[in-house]
Amino acid sequence: MTLWMIGNMAAHSVPSTLKRLLFAVKCSPLQSRCCVVQREAQYSTISSPNEKTFDKILIANRGEIACRVIKTCKKMGIQTVAVHSDVDSSAVHVKMADEAVCVGSAPTSKSYLNMDAIMDAIRVTGAQAVHPGYGFLSENKEFAKRLAAEGVAFIGPDTHAIQAMGDKIESKLIAKAAKVNTIPGFDGVVKTAEEAVKIAQQIGYPVMIKASAGGGGKGMRIAWNDEETREGFRFSSQEAASSFGDDRLLIEKYIDNPRHIEIQVLADKHGNALWLNERECSIQRRNQKVVEEAPSTFLDPVTRRAMGEQAVQLAKAVHYSSAGTVEFLVDSKKNFYFLEMNTRLQVEHPITECITGLDLVEQMIRVAKGYQLQHTQEDIPINGWAIECRVYAEDPYKSFGLPSIGRLSQYQEPLNLDKVRVDSGIQEGSDISIYYDPMISKLITYGATRAEALGRMEDALDNYVIRGVTHNIPLLREIITHPRFVSGHISTNFLPEVYPDGFKGHQLEADAKRELLASAAVLYIAAELRSAKFVHFRVASTPVECSHWELCVELGEERQDVQISKSGTVYTVEIDGAKVEVWGALNLASPLLPLTVNGTHRMLQCQTSHCSPYVRVLSKLAAELNSYMPEKASEDTSSILRSPMPGTVVAVSVKPGDTVAEGQEICVIEAMKMQNSLTAVKQAKVKSVHCKPGETVGEGDLLVELE
Amino acid sequence: MELLSYIPDVIVTHLRISVTVPQTSLHRSCRWYSVSHLSVKERIDQKREAALQGGGQQRIEAQHKRGKLTARERVQLLLDPESFVETDMFVEHRCADFGMEQDRNKFPGDSVVTGRGRINGRLVYVFSQDFTVFGGSLSGAHAQKICKIMDQAMTVGAPVIGLNDSGGARIQEGVESLAGYADIFLRNVMASGVIPQISLIMGPCAGGAVPEIFPNWHSVTNEDVTQEELGGAKTHTTVSGVAHRAFENDIEALLNLREFFNFLPLSNQDPAPIRESHDSSDRLVPSLDNIVPLESTKAYDMLDIIHAIVDEREFFEIMPNYAKNIVVGFARMNGRTVGIVGNQPKVASGCLDINSSVKGARFVRFCDAFNIPIITFVDVPGFLPGTAQEYGGIIRHGAKLLFAFAEATVPKITIITRKAYGGAYDVMSSKHLRGDVNYAWPTAEVAVMGAKGAVQIIFRGKENQAEAEAEYVEKFANPFPAAVRGFVDDIIEPATTRKKICQDLEVLASKKQVNPWKKHANIPL
Repeated sequence: MTLWMIGNMAAHSVPSTLKRLLFAVKCSPLQSRCCVVQREAQYSTISSPNEKTFDKILIANRGEIACRVIKTCKKMGIQTVAVHSDVDSSAVHVKMADEAVCVGSAPTSKSYLNMDAIMDAIRVTGAQAVHPGYGFLSENKEFAKRLAAEGVAFIGPDTHAIQAMGDKIESKLIAKAAKVNTIPGFDGVVKTAEEAVKIAQQIGYPVMIKASAGGGGKGMRIAWNDEETREGFRFSSQEAASSFGDDRLLIEKYIDNPRHIEIQVLADKHGNALWLNERECSIQRRNQKVVEEAPSTFLDPVTRRAMGEQAVQLAKAVHYSSAGTVEFLVDSKKNFYFLEMNTRLQVEHPITECITGLDLVEQMIRVAKGYQLQHTQEDIPINGWAIECRVYAEDPYKSFGLPSIGRLSQYQEPLNLDKVRVDSGIQEGSDISIYYDPMISKLITYGATRAEALGRMEDALDNYVIRGVTHNIPLLREIITHPRFVSGHISTNFLPEVYPDGFKGHQLEADAKRELLASAAVLYIAAELRSAKFVHFRVASTPVECSHWELCVELGEERQDVQISKSGTVYTVEIDGAKVEVWGALNLASPLLPLTVNGTHRMLQCQTSHCSPYVRVLSKLAAELNSYMPEKASEDTSSILRSPMPGTVVAVSVKPGDTVAEGQEICVIEAMKMQNSLTAVKQAKVKSVHCKPGETVGEGDLLVELE
Repeated sequence: MELLSYIPDVIVTHLRISVTVPQTSLHRSCRWYSVSHLSVKERIDQKREAALQGGGQQRIEAQHKRGKLTARERVQLLLDPESFVETDMFVEHRCADFGMEQDRNKFPGDSVVTGRGRINGRLVYVFSQDFTVFGGSLSGAHAQKICKIMDQAMTVGAPVIGLNDSGGARIQEGVESLAGYADIFLRNVMASGVIPQISLIMGPCAGGAVPEIFPNWHSVTNEDVTQEELGGAKTHTTVSGVAHRAFENDIEALLNLREFFNFLPLSNQDPAPIRESHDSSDRLVPSLDNIVPLESTKAYDMLDIIHAIVDEREFFEIMPNYAKNIVVGFARMNGRTVGIVGNQPKVASGCLDINSSVKGARFVRFCDAFNIPIITFVDVPGFLPGTAQEYGGIIRHGAKLLFAFAEATVPKITIITRKAYGGAYDVMSSKHLRGDVNYAWPTAEVAVMGAKGAVQIIFRGKENQAEAEAEYVEKFANPFPAAVRGFVDDIIEPATTRKKICQDLEVLASKKQVNPWKKHANIPL
């Protein structure tokens, strides 16, 4: 079966009822989801009722992870307390929890990171334990200490482990001591080129040479032999001296085509530790994971065991308890090297839950109460395959994803599908604001095989309805169907390698394009036909008795004449001599339009915002006359923000040089005791700011100029 | 002089206006129909052929070059395929001065194409001014053709659509042209409230071709004011409020007009049309439960509420760029056309001022005239204070909106989403103005004013203002004061709003209400 889509971005401008609709045409192999009705548990539900843990847990987090933790608490019969900022007061996690406490205003430093307020919330509600989720205070040893001082359990590791693993250098030393593979290297003063060569030879080629003081990959040179090492030494030592005034050099094993593979560990307070297999997290952009899967296609049982055992050694070395993750870089020869350990629940934990059947949150709660692990290493299975896509409110066409904000005017998770799990903390009507992470949800699918899980993921992405914000589903769908990804040939450089010029959306093949044009034309006709369906008339109406139409469909710059004929409920569309048969229920109110195109099930979505490339359908006459219409002149009023009303400037959220995202608040004008937020209409750099808080402005006054 | 202001909707397109003076000395090199020995049949064919050519190929090309369509192309695009039935193809102007009597200056059909046709199967009368013939200028014959179809439209009860592209009066004809305008104006007035009249301005329409711009008579000969400043689409949709929607080009405008037409009944004898809808009438909208921000000073977009409630999120907004503090437009509920009026908290806090009152009033009267139920979403902190408003006559203009709501006998459903303060509460289709169903959301606050202002007045100079304010909020910043008095019929969960409205509209479909007999009311103009 050919799979096709047009990102999410195909547009279709229909002059009639479906005006300016954009169609995301996606494929959906419906046959695979036919009649499996019963839903499998995504993680174990074997909580022993006799095992008393806590009466009440406070979740010091927001969004999907707070909801995730609350779900398990409910299952275990534990009361829950949510904390929230003022703007989150009607958030999903607040509604789900038994109690909720506002801990401050929108900025995280004033709410979710506000330890005083959270400690107060704990006292007021009498929570016995705190689950920190990830991010925020999850790896904050100060917070853990304050909880300990008040006798409140921290659902996570001890402060000692948090501290030890929180320090990059210390954690490497501990890892080394625990006989965990670390990236071989040398950090210090190298006097001569020959000394550098000697070190490089000890490490083994290729090596990476850079100034110790230089951050990240800055000034990094890669040497594959002695000669290149000498050269690298000269450059780097010069740079070290001149740029940083610090002679020290870092010579380290260079890992080509690295994969990011991590091991989930679970340990109790009694010295028991397990490894719960790996997660492959190589698909990243700007060091942020986008698509994860478990297990990895790359690991063989021997490597897996070796990595798992080392991870457990490390956990034991720091007396780790609770769930944690040991991250490794794996090179093309399956050598693996310790990167860091995350002493918290990871974002991508659901895929581990799917393949092992364990509820990690439940295990964390048990461990925090002091119970021993229920499982032994032999009990930990790999059942099937699980994939996770992180669905973000961001524009994937810009650097693989720049945040977008807005109100989710329509939102529908693909939960109608079997073996799909969606971890989210938002709902229709929620705002994706600039204050917090723009993640909409984690979409997880699983199956007996990787192919099954991937197929389901395609379906799930196609059935996911998100309106009101720009989202990255087009990119996610492109990744999971890319031959390189499907074959498992991936590395952390996957995105820049596959899309060297950035992500441009799905490129349609001829067949797929025809099917898209045909589907758009059929929707146009369906809308046209419905436009004439009125009930009761005083003046006789002449219904359009037509079963044959000539249309012109525009796809971006391309134009294509099509002929449609309808017989019964089947439309036959003739494009360029080829015939496409389209059939479907055509409920024009539904955001999801399942169509059968040439015998294949497709899921279409219509969007009302303008994206490119878009599909526009015109009658043949309109298309002909359209050639007389002048080209639309592009106007640019977007660079200037003027006050829409007289009022007082309450706040200015930007300063010159800042980069603002489309929809981001620039300033707030108060008029009639009402605060009006003025937002950027495009993403741009702030050129100049002409107002300051407290100032009175008149209508039309220039407030901010963008570049 | 606001004559076509009775016309329901004027849709302006095109910012380009190139020719303003009607061509007085049009010459054509060869006109074959002066040959006299042709048979009648041949002469008929030739005249028909000539009528189809309008002002000739050259001028058609010039029109296309300006990015504009010809009168006939527009009609074709507007109407269902092959539905156009033309009248008066053989009418010619009767001017005998300035060489106009010569054959080469006669064009069968003159400078307007008239007839009837169908839009999505529904009857409509159309006139389309032909800029290629004497710049579309209005002659006596031209006016007579328009009057004829307007009369027919009145007799059968079907809308009239005018596609305007005219330089103004035919100067050569003098008073005959003026008389022609007056004939049309009279019919405009008589038809007002009887059949929908829609004008689409697709080029110059100085003078009286669209009489709203009548005061701009002089624009035909103006020197120093640019056409765009004087009466371009932008001026009339954003500043003057004369026109109601502007579109990118002819095609966009015509296709949108087809869509708009579908919302309208054919005449005041017809109920609001019901079109097949795929959106279920009992759909719950959970996203509305927290759309109103907790802090009453924070804005939200009323359009979000409207889109979520109406069928298929389809809202045809009228005057979207004028007096944006009020939102008006058409939508469907369970297939039935409704008119929607909503305060827009996002713009000037949604308060009422002169322009928004007039915009709202006109819309409400249109709906009432054509049996279209009115759904009003209220979040209004009051009337905009200030000398500009007072000097401008806010009291008189605000009264127009009150008058319109009070007078309307169509089904009226009101939803108070948040603030309903002061006199503006009364105005916005309150129970007291014969609202049929008035709902409040739990976030509603019906009060004379906000708590702070009220306390400052009641307890002026006294201490414990904060306490008093809290008391005021407790007492009045909620829907109860209105609900206990029956001024709202129910306090409803926002999520159920669509379902409730659909049910109410079903019941109210048979509403009958008659105002006392009068020659006409005296709305404060």
